[in-house]
Amino acid sequence: MGNKQTIFTAQQLFYRYRDLAPQLVPLDYTNHPDVKLPYELIGSMPELKDNPFRQRIAEVFSEDGQGNMTLDDFLDMFSVLSEMAPRDLKAYYAFKIYDFNNDDFLCKSDLEKTLNKLTRNELTEEEVRMVCEKVIDEADLDNDGRLSLEDFQHMIVRAPDFLSTFHIRI
Amino acid sequence: MPRKRDADAEEVEIDVEDDSDSDDGGTKRRTNRRQAAGRGGRGGGAKGRGRGKKPDSDDDDEDEAPRGRGRGANKKRPAKKRGGDDDEDDSEDEAPKKKRGGAANRKKGGKAQDSDEDDSDDGKGKKGRKGGKKGGKEDEDGKGKKGGAKGKDKDDDKDKKKKKKKKDDSSTDSNRDSDEEEEESMSEGEMARLMEEVEEKKKLIANIRNKPWRMKRRLTVLKEAQEFVDKFEGALGKGKGRKWYAYKVMMTKKWIKFQRDFENFRTACIPWERKIKEVESHFGSSVASYFIFLRWMYGMNLVLFGLTFGLVVIPEVLMGLPYGSIPRKTVPRAEQDTAMDYSVLMDFNGYCKYSVLFYGYYNDQRTIGLLKFRLPLSYLMVGIGSFGYSLMLVIRTMAKNADVGGGDGEEGEFTFAWKMFTSWDYLIGNAETADNKYASITTSFKESIVDEQENQKDENIHLRRFLRVLANFLITCSLGGSGYLIYFVVKRSQEFATRDDLSWYEKNELEIIMSLLGLVCPPLFETIAELEDYHPRIALKWQLGRIFALFLGNLYTFLFALFDEVNTKLEEEQSIKNASIWALKEYYANYTRLLNDTDSTPPPMNPADVIRGPCWETAVGIEFVKLTVSDIQVTYLTILIGDFARAVIVRFLNYCWCWDLEAGFPSYGEFDISGNVLGLVFNQGMIWMGAFYAPGLVGINVLRLLSSMYYQCWAVMATNVPHERVFKASKSNNFYMGLLLLILFLSLLPVVYTIMTLPPSFDCGPFSGRQKMFDVIMETIDLDLPAFMGTLFSYAANPGLIIPAVLLMVLAIYYLNSTSKAYQNANMELKKKMQMARDEEKNRRNNKDSTNQVLKDLEDLMPNRSLAPPAPPEPEKPPEPEARPTKTKAGSAGKGVNLQKDVALASSNPSARGPVNRPPGPRGPGPGVGLGPGRGRGRGAPPR
Repeated sequence: MGNKQTIFTAQQLFYRYRDLAPQLVPLDYTNHPDVKLPYELIGSMPELKDNPFRQRIAEVFSEDGQGNMTLDDFLDMFSVLSEMAPRDLKAYYAFKIYDFNNDDFLCKSDLEKTLNKLTRNELTEEEVRMVCEKVIDEADLDNDGRLSLEDFQHMIVRAPDFLSTFHIRI
Repeated sequence: MPRKRDADAEEVEIDVEDDSDSDDGGTKRRTNRRQAAGRGGRGGGAKGRGRGKKPDSDDDDEDEAPRGRGRGANKKRPAKKRGGDDDEDDSEDEAPKKKRGGAANRKKGGKAQDSDEDDSDDGKGKKGRKGGKKGGKEDEDGKGKKGGAKGKDKDDDKDKKKKKKKKDDSSTDSNRDSDEEEEESMSEGEMARLMEEVEEKKKLIANIRNKPWRMKRRLTVLKEAQEFVDKFEGALGKGKGRKWYAYKVMMTKKWIKFQRDFENFRTACIPWERKIKEVESHFGSSVASYFIFLRWMYGMNLVLFGLTFGLVVIPEVLMGLPYGSIPRKTVPRAEQDTAMDYSVLMDFNGYCKYSVLFYGYYNDQRTIGLLKFRLPLSYLMVGIGSFGYSLMLVIRTMAKNADVGGGDGEEGEFTFAWKMFTSWDYLIGNAETADNKYASITTSFKESIVDEQENQKDENIHLRRFLRVLANFLITCSLGGSGYLIYFVVKRSQEFATRDDLSWYEKNELEIIMSLLGLVCPPLFETIAELEDYHPRIALKWQLGRIFALFLGNLYTFLFALFDEVNTKLEEEQSIKNASIWALKEYYANYTRLLNDTDSTPPPMNPADVIRGPCWETAVGIEFVKLTVSDIQVTYLTILIGDFARAVIVRFLNYCWCWDLEAGFPSYGEFDISGNVLGLVFNQGMIWMGAFYAPGLVGINVLRLLSSMYYQCWAVMATNVPHERVFKASKSNNFYMGLLLLILFLSLLPVVYTIMTLPPSFDCGPFSGRQKMFDVIMETIDLDLPAFMGTLFSYAANPGLIIPAVLLMVLAIYYLNSTSKAYQNANMELKKKMQMARDEEKNRRNNKDSTNQVLKDLEDLMPNRSLAPPAPPEPEKPPEPEARPTKTKAGSAGKGVNLQKDVALASSNPSARGPVNRPPGPRGPGPGVGLGPGRGRGRGAPPR
């Protein structure tokens, strides 16, 4: 677990960002150079490398949707995942992260992907199907067979440990 | 439902809208313009906008444009619907700008530079609007398509932003210059307004992190807002406020950090949390519940240990008479040769028996040492206090657990959803932890699946009931049989006790029968329980209860034998007492006769040679200690052989065996929850019973629990496999606690009985020489407390006082019970209501316009209905059948009844006319974020 518990500042984050690829990122950022770190570097950060959703996180927060991040994207990511970020914001981004096909709905395929990532494909197909059905049945308020952001928020704000789990400390 | 559409529907919708722009008139144009303004005037407008009355909603608007594809369109819909509102919004939006502009004009007089400024601002806005119409359309088209177009679009946006920002900067600069010159001439109203704006800005600064914006935008807005605040706060004489504010923010941060650290510290203080988590992640919460129970026991025993050692053992060691000074502290001459032998020590005889571990070692001096520590009193108090503490703790824990169990009633609502979306801990940054987490998530899903399957099981109730009755009958029979067997054997052993010519079997018959029963019955019960086909969690409880009943027999025979022994010891003691008194008298008689001295000096005998009684208390203590130690040995050996050796054999012999050992017969062992829990519970019963007679027992038990925590954790991780059906333990460990409470009562009884009725040994232990053990208390009351306390106690002990007190307590219990029942009922009612509300909400969302007959009638009555854009109802129809199947499917998946009804309702209403009032396109929600309020408002709004 990330046991260091400093609330990190933009300064520290910048150094973290730069440490990922010192040869790419200049120290001087005054005239906003257009630097992007590829996903391979972002995904190998110790904070992310064990996360089953690291690719999604990088994709959601990167401006190009490919997981390649500028410094701003990087700051964005950690500000949303920081402890200080409000619940709604976190919920919004969590929704984006779990929305694998970017259609702004969590449909069955998204849920299946999430579940398989969470359990490393250890559930049988039958079980996966059943769990996904249950999830939709529980959280889908408008009965369209998929979860909208609204449904998702309605469900997630009641979750007792959403806030405690959906954040990263550096 | 027409609202749910995909991105392509979105595109169509927009096209339609733009086409109809010309003939549709006011509302559309307005919205479009609004959009465009939001888009085009981004950088330039940011300032004015930020100062506008509703920065939040506006900013949302702006923000949605670049990212949520189609979110803008989504937003547009509600805006259009409430045309009037929109107007207001717009005016509100622009008002401050205008006002400000006006104010500035007024202030600055005819400054050329400034008017230029304003002009350019206006021009920009217009340009933005003009271009925006087109650009907006393009934008939306682009966003409708996925992928590539978006990126380009964003780039464009960025460029625009940059440019605008530059302009903006220059404008702020110039603005500032002029404003500074004109500061003094501000009127009251302007001051107020400015102050308001400053407040707004401040709020914005405070909330900036709540906005889902890109970092760049955030930084820009933040910078602007800060500049603004800096500038105008100075003007308003509130520059100091900022420092205070910064200080406050800093302190809040510090406070949060402190809280977090404290929380971390507290969790770090809980021992074995990680170990248990690890076990839980692989074996499920049911196995973990055993370890949690074990940990709880350890905590309780630590307190008991502290009490006994702190108040009894250590004072005795430090201040009491040393070993060998008096007979009870000396090994008798006859035993001295073998007192150090290993086998003797292992039986807790020899030096062990005459050590501080056992009752007999303690002296009956009223006070010991310099501190005048009243050891006998302390001994009795600790004995009673341990029981009191244990009772309180068990009952308190039970109450707390019950509270927890009742508290999270909402749990059931989103079990799977929460599991899916909140179970991954994003903090995990370590591969091993991640592995554990994966395992634990999988396990917990499996647990929930088992629960769910149990719920869904449609069963033949009659058959099941019959089987359950049959199973219970069988088990009752076997329990009764084993009870009778025990009774029979005990009877026989009493018979045997009088004879001498016994074979080995006859001597050990009782033990053999008992252990055979303990070996055979649990698996038998488990087999019979298969018939019942309960959920594993409930099955575990039954199993626990049944084995508990069986073991009670064990306990009963043990106590029976013990009391027999005590009785014989008491008789023996009586005779020895008489003999020794007689010997003493004789000695004194001789002494006085020989020396003619009436001084009663004690006989000059070595303490090892003194005749002494059997000291039944120490014997009982030794019995309990032996039992505990042998229990420890058996448990550990069972784990070593039954689990470890088996696992080793299965693992390594599997390479050269004729069948698959791992999958086939021996396989790996499962963790036996019921056996372990009962072992723990009964062990604790032994401790409670024996601790009074052997203070050292608590220490042994603490060691045992400590070692078994590590040992069993290791064993379970190394040698066991998870249960076939991993099931979730009930949230409260109250079943275990209930068993513990029962055992506590059962062990309380004999101890209290002996304390109250049996006379203590005459020559050993802290109560020697007294008629009853509790005479110590009487003595203390008489000698040490002031006289009125004695009278007070005698009043308190009066039956006339005790009976009313008991009555009062009974009444209080009755009253509290009935209140709690009433609360429970109220709780149930509320829960039902919540469920109903939820269902209702679901229903309402399902059939928005179609079922709402009243609203439709009202709509019919609206005069301007005919003025509404004549949209054909036909295009509306197709989506409905599409939507319906999903609905039915989702409904049938779970809470079928309600939803089925909805469907029926919806279809029975053929005049689904609600959607008529506008073209089908706009009704579909953008694939973007469905905003709650937008929908809600859309539902009931009369058409325009």
